[in-house]
Amino acid sequence: MTNNFVFEADMAAKTIHISREFNAPVEKVWRAWTEPDLIEKWIAPKPWMAKTKLMDFTVGGIWLYAMVSPEGQKHWTRIEFTEIVNGDSFSSINMFSDEDGNTAAGAPKSFTETKFSPIEGGRTKVDVLKTFTDEATIKMFAQMGFREGTIAGYSQLDELLASE
Amino acid sequence: MRRDVFQAIADPTRRAIITLLVIQAMTPQALAEHFDSTRQAISKHIKILTECEVVTQKQTGRENYYHLNSIKMKEIDIWLERFRKLWEDRFDQLDNVLKDL
Repeated sequence: MTNNFVFEADMAAKTIHISREFNAPVEKVWRAWTEPDLIEKWIAPKPWMAKTKLMDFTVGGIWLYAMVSPEGQKHWTRIEFTEIVNGDSFSSINMFSDEDGNTAAGAPKSFTETKFSPIEGGRTKVDVLKTFTDEATIKMFAQMGFREGTIAGYSQLDELLASE
Repeated sequence: MRRDVFQAIADPTRRAIITLLVIQAMTPQALAEHFDSTRQAISKHIKILTECEVVTQKQTGRENYYHLNSIKMKEIDIWLERFRKLWEDRFDQLDNVLKDL
């Protein structure tokens, strides 16, 4: 079964649209995106683990979590919810922070809108629209994800860069 | 003002300049001939592209040539590819979470 994964970057608009279909009804997919014990099971790229310190899924509330490396190194992210339409969509501001959720003045932000749509067969389509403030932000978020990726990925990139 | 690649590609004329320079390095004169705008207007765009590190200038013989800094452009592809891979992997893990829910 195809899951119609979409990843489209519009660099001029500074947006990335990510979309995917899931083989579960909206109610379950919504839970997997909004309940911390469920999000933790999928958000971290192996071998990293996600660990929630605080989750307040209300407008103005924050989710403060760390990506934890196998050596115990922690990278904290602070996600503030700016809009929630239950079972339909939510919006947030994402920033890197310290373990208390403090962010540096002028630290880069990304804005995320996540929309859940029922599709035929009791399945769900999720659309994520990320808006970045500048080049540095997109680079940071990409490198963050990458750093948490596999060691194999690292050496591949090194090779790629060395061949430049 | 801090320049980044988004400013480089925010303008349609600059996107056209980048597209032309993908094919070959060009002199200011040759580049300007592709546009109806004044040479001053094109120079201004080139200045911004240079500040964004997307375009570099090199002297070849007596002529100055504009070159596309393809490493800078490739950098963007690399970040995007990492980001894409991160989300693909996350979604595969999410499939498993949903299976057990």
